[in-house]
Amino acid sequence: MKRTLAIAAGTLLLATASFAGPREDLLAQYGAAAKSAGFSAAQGQALHTRNFAGGKPDTPACTSCHGKDPRAGGRTLAGKDIAPMAVSATPTRYTDPAKVEKWFKRNCNEVLGRECTPQEKGDWLTYMIGQ
Amino acid sequence: MNIPYRPLALGFLLLGLSAAVLQRAQAGGHYYAPVADPVVKEECGSCHLAFAPAMLPASSWQRMMGDLQNHFGDDASVDAATAAKISRYLTANAADAGNQRQGGKWLRGVDAGNAPLRITEMPKWVREHRKVSDREWRQKDVRTKANCVACHAGAEKGYYED
Repeated sequence: MKRTLAIAAGTLLLATASFAGPREDLLAQYGAAAKSAGFSAAQGQALHTRNFAGGKPDTPACTSCHGKDPRAGGRTLAGKDIAPMAVSATPTRYTDPAKVEKWFKRNCNEVLGRECTPQEKGDWLTYMIGQ
Repeated sequence: MNIPYRPLALGFLLLGLSAAVLQRAQAGGHYYAPVADPVVKEECGSCHLAFAPAMLPASSWQRMMGDLQNHFGDDASVDAATAAKISRYLTANAADAGNQRQGGKWLRGVDAGNAPLRITEMPKWVREHRKVSDREWRQKDVRTKANCVACHAGAEKGYYED
Protein backbone atom coordinates (compact mmCIF):
# COMPACT_ATOMS: atom_id res chain seq x y z
CA MET A 1 0.00 0.00 0.00
CA LYS A 2 2.77 2.37 1.00
CA ARG A 3 4.54 1.53 -2.22
CA THR A 4 1.50 2.21 -4.37
CA LEU A 5 1.08 5.55 -2.66
CA ALA A 6 4.72 6.44 -3.30
CA ILE A 7 4.38 5.53 -6.96
CA ALA A 8 1.21 7.56 -7.24
CA ALA A 9 2.84 10.55 -5.57
CA GLY A 10 5.86 10.21 -7.86
CA THR A 11 3.68 10.09 -10.95
CA LEU A 12 1.79 13.14 -9.77
CA LEU A 13 5.03 15.02 -9.18
CA LEU A 14 6.30 14.11 -12.62
CA ALA A 15 3.04 15.18 -14.19
CA THR A 16 3.15 18.58 -12.47
CA ALA A 17 6.77 19.03 -13.39
CA SER A 18 6.07 18.34 -17.05
CA PHE A 19 3.28 20.93 -17.00
CA ALA A 20 5.70 23.64 -15.95
CA GLY A 21 7.35 25.08 -19.04
CA PRO A 22 10.62 26.99 -19.26
CA ARG A 23 8.85 30.26 -18.38
CA GLU A 24 7.43 28.83 -15.17
CA ASP A 25 10.84 27.39 -14.33
CA LEU A 26 12.39 30.81 -14.82
CA LEU A 27 9.79 32.44 -12.58
CA ALA A 28 10.34 29.79 -9.91
CA GLN A 29 14.06 30.39 -10.11
CA TYR A 30 13.67 34.18 -9.78
CA GLY A 31 11.19 33.65 -6.97
CA ALA A 32 13.62 31.50 -5.02
CA ALA A 33 16.45 33.99 -5.56
CA ALA A 34 14.31 36.98 -4.59
CA LYS A 35 12.75 35.18 -1.62
CA SER A 36 9.66 37.08 -2.66
CA ALA A 37 6.01 36.51 -1.89
CA GLY A 38 5.20 36.75 -5.60
CA PHE A 39 5.51 38.79 -8.71
CA SER A 40 3.43 41.69 -9.93
CA ALA A 41 2.60 42.41 -13.56
CA ALA A 42 1.86 46.02 -12.60
CA GLN A 43 5.36 46.37 -11.15
CA GLY A 44 6.72 44.80 -14.31
CA GLN A 45 4.88 47.29 -16.47
CA ALA A 46 6.18 50.17 -14.34
CA LEU A 47 9.73 48.88 -14.79
CA HIS A 48 9.21 48.48 -18.54
CA THR A 49 7.99 52.02 -19.09
CA ARG A 50 9.97 53.96 -16.50
CA ASN A 51 12.76 56.35 -17.47
CA PHE A 52 16.04 55.64 -15.71
CA ALA A 53 18.93 58.04 -15.31
CA GLY A 54 21.62 55.50 -14.49
CA GLY A 55 22.00 53.90 -17.90
CA LYS A 56 22.97 55.22 -21.27
CA PRO A 57 21.44 58.51 -22.37
CA ASP A 58 20.14 57.16 -25.69
CA THR A 59 18.30 54.28 -24.01
CA PRO A 60 16.65 55.67 -20.85
CA ALA A 61 13.83 53.08 -20.87
CA CYS A 62 13.06 49.58 -22.12
CA THR A 63 10.55 51.25 -24.40
CA SER A 64 13.33 53.28 -26.08
CA CYS A 65 13.93 50.28 -28.33
CA HIS A 66 11.00 47.94 -27.63
CA GLY A 67 8.31 50.58 -28.10
CA LYS A 68 5.45 51.50 -25.81
CA ASP A 69 3.13 48.62 -26.79
CA PRO A 70 4.53 45.19 -25.81
CA ARG A 71 2.31 43.55 -28.43
CA ALA A 72 3.90 45.64 -31.18
CA GLY A 73 7.46 45.33 -32.38
CA GLY A 74 10.38 47.61 -31.70
CA ARG A 75 13.56 48.74 -33.40
CA THR A 76 17.19 48.78 -32.28
CA LEU A 77 19.29 51.92 -32.58
CA ALA A 78 21.12 50.28 -35.47
CA GLY A 79 17.89 49.75 -37.36
CA LYS A 80 17.04 46.10 -36.68
CA ASP A 81 13.42 45.17 -36.05
CA ILE A 82 12.65 43.61 -32.66
CA ALA A 83 9.80 41.11 -32.41
CA PRO A 84 7.08 42.03 -29.87
CA MET A 85 7.93 41.18 -26.25
CA ALA A 86 4.41 40.04 -25.32
CA VAL A 87 4.05 36.26 -25.30
CA SER A 88 0.66 36.56 -27.01
CA ALA A 89 2.34 38.26 -29.98
CA THR A 90 5.58 36.23 -30.04
CA PRO A 91 4.78 32.80 -28.55
CA THR A 92 8.42 31.62 -28.68
CA ARG A 93 9.52 34.29 -26.19
CA TYR A 94 11.22 33.30 -22.91
CA THR A 95 11.48 29.59 -23.70
CA ASP A 96 15.30 29.64 -23.76
CA PRO A 97 16.52 30.56 -20.25
CA ALA A 98 20.07 31.33 -21.39
CA LYS A 99 18.74 33.80 -23.94
CA VAL A 100 16.52 35.47 -21.34
CA GLU A 101 19.44 35.87 -18.92
CA LYS A 102 21.74 37.14 -21.68
CA TRP A 103 19.36 39.94 -22.61
CA PHE A 104 18.44 40.84 -19.04
CA LYS A 105 22.13 41.28 -18.30
CA ARG A 106 22.87 43.39 -21.36
CA ASN A 107 19.73 45.49 -21.39
CA CYS A 108 19.47 46.17 -17.67
CA ASN A 109 23.05 47.41 -17.77
CA GLU A 110 22.27 49.64 -20.74
CA VAL A 111 19.00 51.05 -19.41
CA LEU A 112 19.35 50.99 -15.61
CA GLY A 113 23.11 51.11 -15.39
CA ARG A 114 23.11 47.93 -13.28
CA GLU A 115 21.91 44.36 -13.41
CA CYS A 116 18.24 43.76 -12.61
CA THR A 117 17.30 42.07 -9.36
CA PRO A 118 15.51 38.69 -9.42
CA GLN A 119 12.39 40.49 -8.18
CA GLU A 120 12.53 42.94 -11.11
CA LYS A 121 13.11 40.12 -13.60
CA GLY A 122 10.18 38.15 -12.20
CA ASP A 123 7.85 41.16 -12.25
CA TRP A 124 8.83 42.05 -15.80
CA LEU A 125 8.48 38.47 -17.03
CA THR A 126 5.09 38.15 -15.34
CA TYR A 127 3.96 41.31 -17.13
CA MET A 128 5.09 40.03 -20.55
CA ILE A 129 3.61 36.55 -20.05
CA GLY A 130 0.26 38.16 -19.28
CA GLN A 131 0.36 40.46 -22.26
CA MET B 1 14.21 35.47 -98.65
CA ASN B 2 15.43 38.76 -97.38
CA ILE B 3 16.89 38.40 -93.91
CA PRO B 4 17.39 41.70 -92.08
CA TYR B 5 20.93 40.98 -90.95
CA ARG B 6 21.68 44.39 -89.54
CA PRO B 7 18.76 44.78 -87.15
CA LEU B 8 19.19 41.15 -86.13
CA ALA B 9 22.87 41.61 -85.38
CA LEU B 10 22.09 44.76 -83.45
CA GLY B 11 19.44 42.92 -81.48
CA PHE B 12 21.80 40.09 -80.56
CA LEU B 13 24.50 42.57 -79.61
CA LEU B 14 22.07 44.34 -77.26
CA LEU B 15 20.95 41.05 -75.75
CA GLY B 16 24.55 39.99 -75.17
CA LEU B 17 25.43 43.32 -73.61
CA SER B 18 22.53 43.31 -71.18
CA ALA B 19 23.29 39.72 -70.20
CA ALA B 20 26.88 40.73 -69.49
CA VAL B 21 25.78 43.71 -67.44
CA LEU B 22 23.32 41.58 -65.46
CA GLN B 23 25.98 38.99 -64.74
CA ARG B 24 28.39 41.66 -63.60
CA ALA B 25 25.78 43.11 -61.31
CA GLN B 26 25.14 39.71 -59.78
CA ALA B 27 28.70 38.50 -59.40
CA GLY B 28 29.83 41.99 -59.28
CA GLY B 29 31.81 44.58 -57.51
CA HIS B 30 29.50 44.92 -54.56
CA TYR B 31 28.85 41.43 -53.26
CA TYR B 32 30.01 40.45 -49.78
CA ALA B 33 28.92 36.94 -48.78
CA PRO B 34 26.51 37.24 -45.85
CA VAL B 35 26.96 35.30 -42.61
CA ALA B 36 25.90 31.70 -43.21
CA ASP B 37 26.45 30.28 -39.72
CA PRO B 38 23.20 30.33 -37.67
CA VAL B 39 24.92 31.01 -34.33
CA VAL B 40 26.97 33.88 -35.75
CA LYS B 41 23.88 35.23 -37.48
CA GLU B 42 21.89 35.19 -34.24
CA GLU B 43 24.60 36.58 -31.97
CA CYS B 44 25.94 39.21 -34.39
CA GLY B 45 22.64 40.03 -36.04
CA SER B 46 20.26 40.84 -33.17
CA CYS B 47 21.13 44.51 -32.77
CA HIS B 48 22.56 45.28 -36.20
CA LEU B 49 22.92 43.58 -39.55
CA ALA B 50 25.24 40.58 -39.17
CA PHE B 51 28.02 42.27 -41.11
CA ALA B 52 29.83 40.24 -43.73
CA PRO B 53 33.06 38.79 -42.32
CA ALA B 54 34.87 39.82 -45.54
CA MET B 55 34.45 43.48 -44.58
CA LEU B 56 37.24 43.43 -42.00
CA PRO B 57 40.62 41.70 -41.78
CA ALA B 58 41.06 38.86 -39.29
CA SER B 59 43.11 41.02 -36.90
CA SER B 60 40.17 43.42 -36.52
CA TRP B 61 37.70 40.64 -35.81
CA GLN B 62 40.05 39.15 -33.23
CA ARG B 63 40.48 42.45 -31.40
CA MET B 64 36.73 43.05 -31.47
CA MET B 65 35.92 39.59 -30.13
CA GLY B 66 38.39 40.16 -27.31
CA ASP B 67 36.35 43.06 -25.89
CA LEU B 68 32.66 42.33 -26.43
CA GLN B 69 31.82 43.78 -23.02
CA ASN B 70 32.59 47.16 -24.52
CA HIS B 71 31.37 46.71 -28.08
CA PHE B 72 31.38 50.28 -29.43
CA GLY B 73 29.89 51.34 -26.12
CA ASP B 74 27.43 48.46 -25.77
CA ASP B 75 27.63 45.28 -23.74
CA ALA B 76 27.54 42.49 -26.32
CA SER B 77 29.24 39.83 -24.23
CA VAL B 78 28.56 36.15 -24.93
CA ASP B 79 29.77 33.03 -23.16
CA ALA B 80 33.32 31.88 -23.89
CA ALA B 81 32.39 28.89 -26.04
CA THR B 82 30.10 30.98 -28.25
CA ALA B 83 32.72 33.71 -28.54
CA ALA B 84 35.33 31.18 -29.66
CA LYS B 85 32.98 29.77 -32.27
CA ILE B 86 32.13 33.22 -33.64
CA SER B 87 35.83 34.20 -33.72
CA ARG B 88 36.68 31.10 -35.72
CA TYR B 89 33.99 31.83 -38.28
CA LEU B 90 34.86 35.51 -38.66
CA THR B 91 38.59 34.97 -39.06
CA ALA B 92 38.14 32.05 -41.46
CA ASN B 93 36.02 34.29 -43.71
CA ALA B 94 37.79 37.61 -43.10
CA ALA B 95 38.85 40.02 -45.85
CA ASP B 96 42.41 38.69 -45.75
CA ALA B 97 41.45 35.02 -45.40
CA GLY B 98 42.56 34.52 -48.99
CA ASN B 99 39.28 33.22 -50.37
CA GLN B 100 37.57 36.58 -50.80
CA ARG B 101 36.72 38.06 -54.18
CA GLN B 102 36.86 41.56 -52.70
CA GLY B 103 39.85 41.04 -50.43
CA GLY B 104 42.50 42.92 -52.38
CA LYS B 105 40.43 45.95 -53.26
CA TRP B 106 38.80 46.16 -49.86
CA LEU B 107 42.12 46.07 -48.01
CA ARG B 108 43.92 48.65 -50.17
CA GLY B 109 45.29 51.42 -47.97
CA VAL B 110 44.64 49.50 -44.74
CA ASP B 111 47.48 49.38 -42.22
CA ALA B 112 47.89 45.65 -41.60
CA GLY B 113 49.06 46.12 -38.02
CA ASN B 114 46.40 48.64 -37.08
CA ALA B 115 43.27 47.98 -39.15
CA PRO B 116 40.04 49.73 -38.16
CA LEU B 117 37.47 48.01 -35.95
CA ARG B 118 34.65 49.89 -37.62
CA ILE B 119 33.78 48.82 -41.15
CA THR B 120 32.83 52.46 -41.77
CA GLU B 121 36.48 53.43 -41.25
CA MET B 122 37.78 51.13 -43.95
CA PRO B 123 39.28 53.33 -46.71
CA LYS B 124 37.19 51.75 -49.44
CA TRP B 125 34.02 52.16 -47.41
CA VAL B 126 34.84 55.85 -46.99
CA ARG B 127 35.56 56.23 -50.71
CA GLU B 128 32.34 54.48 -51.72
CA HIS B 129 30.25 56.68 -49.43
CA ARG B 130 31.95 60.01 -50.03
CA LYS B 131 28.96 61.39 -51.94
CA VAL B 132 26.42 60.66 -49.19
CA SER B 133 25.50 63.94 -47.51
CA ASP B 134 25.23 64.62 -43.77
CA ARG B 135 21.55 65.29 -44.29
CA GLU B 136 21.07 61.80 -45.70
CA TRP B 137 22.95 60.18 -42.81
CA ARG B 138 20.75 62.02 -40.32
CA GLN B 139 17.49 60.84 -41.86
CA LYS B 140 15.15 59.13 -39.43
CA ASP B 141 15.32 55.82 -41.27
CA VAL B 142 19.12 55.81 -41.40
CA ARG B 143 20.27 57.19 -38.02
CA THR B 144 23.58 55.31 -38.03
CA LYS B 145 26.15 54.33 -40.61
CA ALA B 146 25.82 50.77 -39.31
CA ASN B 147 22.31 50.62 -40.78
CA CYS B 148 23.31 49.33 -44.22
CA VAL B 149 19.82 48.10 -45.16
CA ALA B 150 18.40 51.62 -44.92
CA CYS B 151 19.91 52.27 -48.37
CA HIS B 152 21.16 48.87 -49.56
CA ALA B 153 17.96 46.84 -49.78
CA GLY B 154 19.89 43.66 -50.62
CA ALA B 155 22.44 43.97 -47.81
CA GLU B 156 21.07 41.00 -45.86
CA LYS B 157 21.78 38.85 -48.91
CA GLY B 158 25.19 40.37 -49.51
CA TYR B 159 24.40 42.88 -52.25
CA TYR B 160 25.52 46.46 -51.78
CA GLU B 161 24.71 48.19 -55.05
CA ASP B 162 23.35 51.66 -54.49
